[in-house]
Amino acid sequence: MSIFIDGSTKLVVQGITGRDGSFHAKQMIEYGTHVVAGVTPGKGGQTFEGTVPIFNTVADAVKETGANTTVIYVPPMGAADAMMEAADAGIALIVCITEGVPVLDMTRVYPFVHEKGARLIGPNCPGLISPGKSKVGIIPGRICTPGPIGLVSRSGTLTYEVVFQMTRVGLGQTTCVGIGGDPINGTNFIDCLAAFEKDPDTRAVAMIGEIGGTDEQDAARFVKEQMTKPVVGFIAGQTAPPGRRMGHAGAIISGSSGTAAEKIQAFEDAGMSVAKRPKDVVALLQARLRP
Amino acid sequence: MNIHEYQAKEIFRNAGVPIPPGEIAHTADEAAAIAKKFGGTVVIKAQVHAGGRGKAGGVKLAKTPDEAKAIAAKILGMQIKGLVVHTVLVTPAADIATEAYAGIIVDRASKKAVFMVSPAGGIDIEEVAATTPEKILRLPVDARYGLLDFQAMRMGEFLYADIKQARAAAKILKQLYRAFSESGASLAEINPLVTTPAGDVLALDAKMVLDDNELERHTDLMALRDETAEEPSEVLARKANLTFIKLDGNVGCVVNGAGLAMATMDLVKYYGGDPANFLDIGGSSNPEKVVNALRIITADPNVKAILFNIFGGITRTDDVANGIVTATKQNPLKVPIVIRLTGTNEEIALKILTENGFSAMTDMDDAVQKAVQLATGGKAA
Repeated sequence: MSIFIDGSTKLVVQGITGRDGSFHAKQMIEYGTHVVAGVTPGKGGQTFEGTVPIFNTVADAVKETGANTTVIYVPPMGAADAMMEAADAGIALIVCITEGVPVLDMTRVYPFVHEKGARLIGPNCPGLISPGKSKVGIIPGRICTPGPIGLVSRSGTLTYEVVFQMTRVGLGQTTCVGIGGDPINGTNFIDCLAAFEKDPDTRAVAMIGEIGGTDEQDAARFVKEQMTKPVVGFIAGQTAPPGRRMGHAGAIISGSSGTAAEKIQAFEDAGMSVAKRPKDVVALLQARLRP
Repeated sequence: MNIHEYQAKEIFRNAGVPIPPGEIAHTADEAAAIAKKFGGTVVIKAQVHAGGRGKAGGVKLAKTPDEAKAIAAKILGMQIKGLVVHTVLVTPAADIATEAYAGIIVDRASKKAVFMVSPAGGIDIEEVAATTPEKILRLPVDARYGLLDFQAMRMGEFLYADIKQARAAAKILKQLYRAFSESGASLAEINPLVTTPAGDVLALDAKMVLDDNELERHTDLMALRDETAEEPSEVLARKANLTFIKLDGNVGCVVNGAGLAMATMDLVKYYGGDPANFLDIGGSSNPEKVVNALRIITADPNVKAILFNIFGGITRTDDVANGIVTATKQNPLKVPIVIRLTGTNEEIALKILTENGFSAMTDMDDAVQKAVQLATGGKAA
């Protein structure tokens, strides 16, 4: 099994005719994801690559194709509206790749999506992949392989680095989820850990965090209190100076809170194995998987 | 984006917040002239993107225009936390009876904008939160409804026993919220919010941080950016669409992706070196970005070795390789370079690099260790 996406995922691509949207729609189709519709206002009635019907609205796409998941590649100023439109159309899983969504927009989007009962992943995230089944977003398919590890991360390329090192030694994944680097996002570490705990095929979890906020500390408490499966952690940003935004809008040490040291301490207190280097994640997972 | 106190005051004033008048000066003579115009005692305040201005000697009272001139001469050009003061704000000194704090920030945990108010103002609010948390009232705002009247009044009454002052404060908080949400801010703060002996409630200081992601909607606010108050290399990087933060080490890092960039810096430290910077060339694969990145990094005289760490996903590693070749043809490197790249179009990238006399590695740890060795002259492990 896997979490959030699998063979039954029927995907809409919002912004399918844009530069990023069209490129990644092709990649997802090649990977085997069921891309059932695209949405670009004003281009309804056309088709993408001759096969995928394009609609003006998400509501039309859902009505005509039964889509249950969406991935959003629209520009930052329109991304909030795209997320709310998808939730309003009854989409169950909304994945927003767009980077640069204003944080005050997210204070409106989050309660809206939540009240509609949808799950939002992102924004500013690489999306997710259940190797061999479905990929929604931009994680390169060839660096992943099916297997027993669940992976959740706030980063993009750092995730690729860790996943690739796993795949190289034959350690595969059930699902890899990038939850995104913004201060307000739809899905946090705990949501993913809880899903991996329930997934019978996931035997161990890798959690890749970074400086800023307290999401990792909260997740560590969850691991200690609610998880039976082993969790290996890594935190990026041990050398980051306080008060500076390290690329990701959410990666900032505010005052004395959100430091790598306090997050690593929380991981250790929860009985997790903590990797000192990205490559150590693999060996620690292998050690925890041994009976 | 940080803006100066005088700029934040202008935004607050436009929203209706009562703030005493003030004018900015770039020279001591200008400061003296403004002091003369206001008459009486004035406060001279350094305009710089750093906290703790008072403690650093950047905020002083002046009783006469002559004194204003002397003090402004001292503050202008002074360094506060490494930043040079180019501008001072001159404002009439107010009589203060009490000092309170009012601020609003975006709170990650509740996913809302949250007000924090405290009758213990004028000092660092984090200190109040740590020592006397009961003196702070936190109030989350649902962005869909904004700050409601009764919520503003609850905070007003928490600040002041006097009902007239409580009402005045509630009105100011609603104005502050308007300034915050309409400007697309991530922080707006009044510290101190004072009462005068006559009973008036006034904002004597103003701080605002604008969300970079929202600036596209506010071209008027974009003009408030003061590039003289920022690190020059960071201004250059922003214009080239790169995320760059200068640090004190000697290993210059060029990485794609923020998380991998942080992990690379950490690994440099792990192997006994010190990173010279954080630099994320982003997801798109534009050779021009690599050229700009190298220009910025090689301008730092501390840099003794350059490390590229590229994991090609969307980024095509051959584009990065072409960027390196172009950049080094334009400006031959004076320090050694270590290139690690793997992923999309790796074979093509390696061919381009080899043909142009570069070698490349595929393992991140090997590359970091080599870069550290080169930067430290082989002294580190």
